[in-house]
Amino acid sequence: MEGKESSKEIDISRVRGIVSKFTDRDDPNLISVLQNTQDEYGYLPKPVLKEISNLMDIPLTRIFGVITFYSQFALEPRGKHAVKVCSGTACHVKGAEDVKQKLRDELQVREGGTTADYQFTLETVACIGTCFLAPVMMIDERYYGKLTAEKTSEIVGTYTNK
Amino acid sequence: MLKRLISNNDLLAMKRACEEKLKSDKVRVYVCMTGCRALGAEEVYGEFQQQVKMQGLEDRVEVVETGCQGLCARAPVMTIDPPGIFYGRVTVDIVPEIISSTILKGEVINKLCYAEAGKKIPHVKDIPFYNKQQKLILRNCGVIDPNNVEHYIANNGYEGLAKALFNLQPEEIIKEIENSGLRGRGGGGFPTGTKWGFVRQAKSDIKYVVCNADEGDPGAFMDRAILEGDPHSVVEGMITAAFAMGANKGFVYVRAEYPIAIDHLECAINQARQLNLLGDNILGSGFNFDLEIKKGAGAFVCGEETALIASIEGKRGMPRPRPPFPAISGLWKKPTNINNVETFANVPLIMQHGSDWYKQFGTKNGAGTKIFALAGNVKNTGLVEVPMGTTLREIVFDIGGGIPGRRQFKAAQMGGPSGGCVPTEHLDLPIDYESVKEVGAIMGSGGLIVMDEKTSMVEIARYFMEFVQEESCGKCGPCRIGTKRMLEVLTRLVGGNGCKGDVEALTEMAHVTKNASLCGLGQTAPNPVLSTIRFFLKEFEELIP
Ligand SMILES: Cc1cc2nc3c(=O)[nH]c(=O)nc-3n(C[C@H](O)[C@H](O)[C@H](O)COP(=O)(O)O)c2cc1C
Ligand code: FES
Repeated sequence: MEGKESSKEIDISRVRGIVSKFTDRDDPNLISVLQNTQDEYGYLPKPVLKEISNLMDIPLTRIFGVITFYSQFALEPRGKHAVKVCSGTACHVKGAEDVKQKLRDELQVREGGTTADYQFTLETVACIGTCFLAPVMMIDERYYGKLTAEKTSEIVGTYTNK
Repeated sequence: MLKRLISNNDLLAMKRACEEKLKSDKVRVYVCMTGCRALGAEEVYGEFQQQVKMQGLEDRVEVVETGCQGLCARAPVMTIDPPGIFYGRVTVDIVPEIISSTILKGEVINKLCYAEAGKKIPHVKDIPFYNKQQKLILRNCGVIDPNNVEHYIANNGYEGLAKALFNLQPEEIIKEIENSGLRGRGGGGFPTGTKWGFVRQAKSDIKYVVCNADEGDPGAFMDRAILEGDPHSVVEGMITAAFAMGANKGFVYVRAEYPIAIDHLECAINQARQLNLLGDNILGSGFNFDLEIKKGAGAFVCGEETALIASIEGKRGMPRPRPPFPAISGLWKKPTNINNVETFANVPLIMQHGSDWYKQFGTKNGAGTKIFALAGNVKNTGLVEVPMGTTLREIVFDIGGGIPGRRQFKAAQMGGPSGGCVPTEHLDLPIDYESVKEVGAIMGSGGLIVMDEKTSMVEIARYFMEFVQEESCGKCGPCRIGTKRMLEVLTRLVGGNGCKGDVEALTEMAHVTKNASLCGLGQTAPNPVLSTIRFFLKEFEELIP
């Protein structure tokens, strides 16, 4: 996943392969196409969306409608690592706010923001099913539990140079 | 590559072979490699494997990776069997000592043991957290390797399916499910057999079976644990359901925040395909069925069945009014049956042992067991399975070990943003669908968050309102506007700017939102507020000058 591409160097050809994989089937699913496209490009660049619109014969407005409905999709480039801090009930009760504050301070971004060096994007999620170790966060596909402010910055530290 | 099974006899033969293969005198070290990964289980597991190899103990010790063992508060956890010792807070450094002392000499390492009132309890069978539970659905969870279908089959896996395919007519399967009293575990509690009957009767050559694994309620992790710890039980339940209803295609809608669950489920589906338990002519019965995973894209409302259908179709996940119910017009307008993960996981057991056996567990209105996700201010946070009708006190105090830090219990939040809180005076309430409703909460899908005396209940009500307000899809006015206005009042109250009449205004808006919203999200969104007003009015009054 590489999130830094500027719109000039976006390689549209890659999305064609993704779309054709899905339009061959009886269920040419827009969400699956968008998910795969985002995995490929790191986010959903506009020229790529136009190409999807052409290839799948779906109006761009409808594609935007779907993208903005779901929290998973991003229209802007994202950081290399997604930091998802839980704000679910159990984590809330167990002090998730301290963890969130630490992350904001450490990364110098607010929720939804991406660090200037495109290393991290900070997101909040409502429960990642690890409530038994609240407060928790995920970095990419890895879970981290029983966080304290200190532990949080230590963990983030291990990613800074990755 | 696994060998294709083309008859019931093949399955039986495979079961015998698996049992034989798993029989051994080795000491087994079961390491949770799911929930406990959040505190370093992978490293512990890796160290065990390496040490066993380095010390040449392969023919004496076997390290098994498992799903959730339940006592997640002690993560990372493991069990050594024989002699059935449970260890928690295991670190990489202590692995060599566990091998030299416990595995090779049978000596207990005290500091890794679970303790109650200062007393160490090394053996699983003596730990109240375990021996007060009734594990039916979680029988394999934490005991088998979820990515090894041979473990599942050795433990009677797919036997229920074989019985359904070869000994029962589809109508008889539905009768069995009806008679078992099984009700939906996703929150609504609708009788499962009745729902299957609707889909069975719907006339259409294409029908679908969908498993709802969106698990959106914050504080819930039952479905995650089942999918990670025993994915084949869900696959088996779905095949059985599909056969009973005449469906040939199924989907599992899993939230993207569950990468391990998706991984294990994918693995289970692949194995089932290789074994001819999915695909054409399953076990030689002539029945065809296949399964596909759909990853959620992050929207709480997609747990609602009509929104979920729209999402699988690739659209915005907006709910629509019912009727028509999905059983008549669902995915691509075809009859569709939607059940929750835990609901499907109940099916193999009912098939295998019969509905009369199943009914011995639980209450008159709620047969069977229920899994609860215990979280918040409670000592033993984790996964708990008890017969319906167990009291809240038993769950929170006997199994959960009570409140840490000498604090007092204040309330348990049940049913997430659609539910409410159950205060101290109802601790002895036997929990089933109806009883919890009577006190203004819902059993919901099983999330149970314990709050102690330090928790501000008004703040919790605000928290839930913020959650539903953000997740409201905006399609209908009562939900979109009602949640927003209630949130404004609650935020004001919590911020110390309460006004006279706030409680009355909240109550009125709550009732309007409840009655006029389009889908379950809005219809249940005011529940946490109403329930807080009902039991903790004093806390509101303290905030109003
Ligand atoms: C806003 C909302 C969210 C829901 N979320 C879930 C969910 O995450 N998981 C689930 O199984 N059911 C959820 N439901 C209930 C489903 O609509 C549906 O009733 C259920 O999946 C049926 O399965 P069951 O009969 O086996 O319980 C939700 C309902 C509403 C109104
Ligand atoms: S509430 Fe944070 S993981 Fe569930």
